[in-house]
Amino acid sequence: MATMIENEVPQGLNADPMIPQLYRIDRVRDETDDTFTLSLVPENGEAKISFLPGQFNMLYVFGTGEVPISISGNPAMTSVLEHTTRSVGIVTKAMGLLKPGDQIGVRGPFGSHWPLNEENGRDFVIISGGIGLAPLRPVLYFLMAQREKYRKIVLLYGARAPEDILFKKELERWRGKFDLEVQVTVDRAASGWRGNVGVVTPLVARAPFDPSNTVALLCGPEVMMRYAVMELQKRGVPHDRMYLSMERNMRCALGYCGHCQYGPGFVCKDGPVYRFDQIASVFGKSEV
Amino acid sequence: MIHTLESVIREHPFFQDFPEKHLAFITGCAKNVQFPEKHFIFLEGDPADEFYFIRGGMVSVELVIPHLGPTTVQTVGEGEILGWSWVSPPYRWHFNAKTLKRTRALVFDGKCLRAKCEEDHDLGFEMLKRFASIITSRLDATRLQLLDIYGHND
Repeated sequence: MATMIENEVPQGLNADPMIPQLYRIDRVRDETDDTFTLSLVPENGEAKISFLPGQFNMLYVFGTGEVPISISGNPAMTSVLEHTTRSVGIVTKAMGLLKPGDQIGVRGPFGSHWPLNEENGRDFVIISGGIGLAPLRPVLYFLMAQREKYRKIVLLYGARAPEDILFKKELERWRGKFDLEVQVTVDRAASGWRGNVGVVTPLVARAPFDPSNTVALLCGPEVMMRYAVMELQKRGVPHDRMYLSMERNMRCALGYCGHCQYGPGFVCKDGPVYRFDQIASVFGKSEV
Repeated sequence: MIHTLESVIREHPFFQDFPEKHLAFITGCAKNVQFPEKHFIFLEGDPADEFYFIRGGMVSVELVIPHLGPTTVQTVGEGEILGWSWVSPPYRWHFNAKTLKRTRALVFDGKCLRAKCEEDHDLGFEMLKRFASIITSRLDATRLQLLDIYGHND
């Protein structure tokens, strides 16, 4: 499994990718009751941040540990780095307690990226679920900044409940644009909710895109992506135009430690973004 | 461009590759309807003698739960089919269907279709194949909903 595009991929500010760079928390924004976005600035103040949508960093909470977190910010912003994560484990819970001014270690960016420059002139359908919207947020920034290069852009997003929807203000802003279709659905809702209820995958069947000229970007729970792939297949989107962001237990982020092995490769190095035809033989296999 | 009932039915994915000989009968069972917002299209327990192609708008399929009130289990939108209780006995709706916004639909006379399907098993099989596919998709979606895939363990 090879990375889709290996040239010009940003590989971090430090010469040694194992040494974290010092960053300072500039802002903490609560997205939901258990999900938050950290805005980070380099402590040396001079380094320009550079990443491609889909890449991730290793964030090191000193004294607690290090975890891989996708970059969720605007790729055009070179002064602030944004990461959105949910407090679920020891490290992310400790991360959630950090305050503006606190320091954090950053290694990266690592991994492959979504194919955006390579797919000018196509429709884009972006299918995400839960926290899976975070790695796709930079894609939306990127596409909207160069809107004229692309045809239809459709975002299908599934969340557990209305209160778990990420980036609500941005979704509302994007939905208000006539050149971006945003469809949000929730698994369960109280009576005040007036949007879709149900999982995200059935939305694929009626989404407005031309399957013969569409690139599909998927990020979310793996089981959601399995069903989304099936729906895209029914619509006739070819395997070599579906891209999935995979998640495994990444530790070193350089393909040395082997924790994130996925088939014959490593998610940290060959992924996290894969073209579906490159992983179709192992995708969904419980042993892999 | 004016769409006749027949062209709308013919172009709908549900009737893709549907035998030509049955299409005129199917069209004869259909008519256009419109519902205002917050309108109950059907109520749980009532006779289920129709099904609907939603052409615009959105419908909430809901269940009234004691102490919780009406709870939406699914929404059905443009291009989707609403209602399959007309296919199987006792032909009663299992849920309420309420419009969330103004909704346009084609309504099909399920009672008439049931009788015709009993008479003509070729037609009956064609209809059941298509409804089985919808029911399977909805079952898959419901299973995913039950898995709570966006919860804390995703």
